[in-house]
Amino acid sequence: MAEITVKDVKTGFIVDTPGGAKAYRTGDWRSQRPVYDQDRCVKCGVCYLFCPDSAIKIKEDGYVEVDEFYCKGCGICAKECWTGAFEMKPLGEEKK
Amino acid sequence: MGKRIGIEVSLAVSEAVKLCNTDVVAAYPITPQTHIVEHLSEIIADGELDAEFICVESEHSAMSACLGSAAAGARTFTATAGQGLELMHEAVYLASSMRLPMVMAVANRALSAPLSVWGDHSDVMAVRDTGWIQVFCEDGQEAFDHIIWAFRVAEDNRVLFPVMVHLDGFHLTHVVEPIYIEDREKVDSFLPPNRFPLPLDPKKPVSMGTFAPPVIYTEIKKAQEDAFQSIMPHIVECWEKFGKHFGRSYKPVETYRAEDAETLIMTMGSYGETASVAIDTLRAKGLKVGQVKLRLWRPFPFKELRDAVKGAKNLIVLDRCISSGGPGGPVASEVRSALYDEPVRPVVVGYISGLGGRDILPEQFEAMIERGIKDAAKGRTERMVILGARE
Ligand code: SF4
Ligand code: SF4
Repeated sequence: MAEITVKDVKTGFIVDTPGGAKAYRTGDWRSQRPVYDQDRCVKCGVCYLFCPDSAIKIKEDGYVEVDEFYCKGCGICAKECWTGAFEMKPLGEEKK
Repeated sequence: MGKRIGIEVSLAVSEAVKLCNTDVVAAYPITPQTHIVEHLSEIIADGELDAEFICVESEHSAMSACLGSAAAGARTFTATAGQGLELMHEAVYLASSMRLPMVMAVANRALSAPLSVWGDHSDVMAVRDTGWIQVFCEDGQEAFDHIIWAFRVAEDNRVLFPVMVHLDGFHLTHVVEPIYIEDREKVDSFLPPNRFPLPLDPKKPVSMGTFAPPVIYTEIKKAQEDAFQSIMPHIVECWEKFGKHFGRSYKPVETYRAEDAETLIMTMGSYGETASVAIDTLRAKGLKVGQVKLRLWRPFPFKELRDAVKGAKNLIVLDRCISSGGPGGPVASEVRSALYDEPVRPVVVGYISGLGGRDILPEQFEAMIERGIKDAAKGRTERMVILGARE
């Protein structure tokens, strides 16, 4: 998106590609990220339902994974996960 | 054949909307605009115009409905005044940013408090920067003509901006005038059907009015502004075509007895005619005075204004609005800015008068011009000069 110039702007800034927002990386807003502990996960899908950016995907085996392209680090998954499988950690400290 | 009839200006505006085969009217009645929409609702209810009349619950909804209607490619009209225009304010920006053509008649009215339903230009100035094409009408015929003209300009695919047609509340809206009402064939042959290039269509979905983060907002706004500033030739061309077709011509800046004038008075809207009477009287007394009428308020006609005032020593600008705590009246400030870079320019003197429907009589225009000549000789005026207040 950063490369779009004044000349590229369509009249009325109409977006004629359906689902165009898919290309928009919400992940670069993040200052913290959810760190997932699969051992605590009971595959209930609550985090998947609550994530406002649809950044959580349910894998074939029923466990979940976070799509970094969209996860904006809001912490809602960590708040809503009732087993505590997600812990929010500031960027750079995720590995600790 | 069209015919010249005695008709209230508001009703003539509605007749023009009818002749334009408008598809959708969404409006909320508010003084002094009421007669326009009242008459339109009758016209539509009587089957004289095959249109959808959307009775909304506020002006904000009126503009919102118009946005949807214009986005669907329907020919769209609304009308409002004063507080109503302010209530629709945020949605007014959307129409221009989304490049949705529509026409809005504004029956200019003062703003509260104190509550006033009478005319001045405070409502206009509050929407000055919304990116709409804005024209002022001096009499009923001009109001009738400019509705038809406005649809053609707005829907021109090289333009695609909404248009406000300003007519002074009561001074125009509630006055009965002899107006030439054109016939349908003649209007049809001037105004082609609306061909909005990207209408909402389930078969070809688009998103309008989307979100823009900092990385793209500036580019979009610049694109909009470049487009807005480049439409002047099409605006002028539409007036020329209108003149050829109907025999009544208009220009962005018009003048009256201005050639060889040393002092010019600038007016916008209905007070232009009263000022002309004063000009005639002063000319008869031997004073070299003339008049400049600003018809096009947005986009501002910089070049046309400079040409019109070239050679004059003094330029008196009448504002019917206060820019609170600012440099006087909005029109005077803009005129000053527009002329500032000219190596030779008239001294600009700004006065504020005619607020909240207060009449300005021809004698008062004469006094204003005579005072303007004296003030201009001093080189400048006080910042904010409000005339006619009892002190
Ligand atoms: S809410 Fe918690 S337990 Fe439920 S699926 Fe998500 S991570 Fe697993
Ligand atoms: S932190 Fe927010 S955006 Fe990221 S996965 Fe959790 S709920 Fe979704």
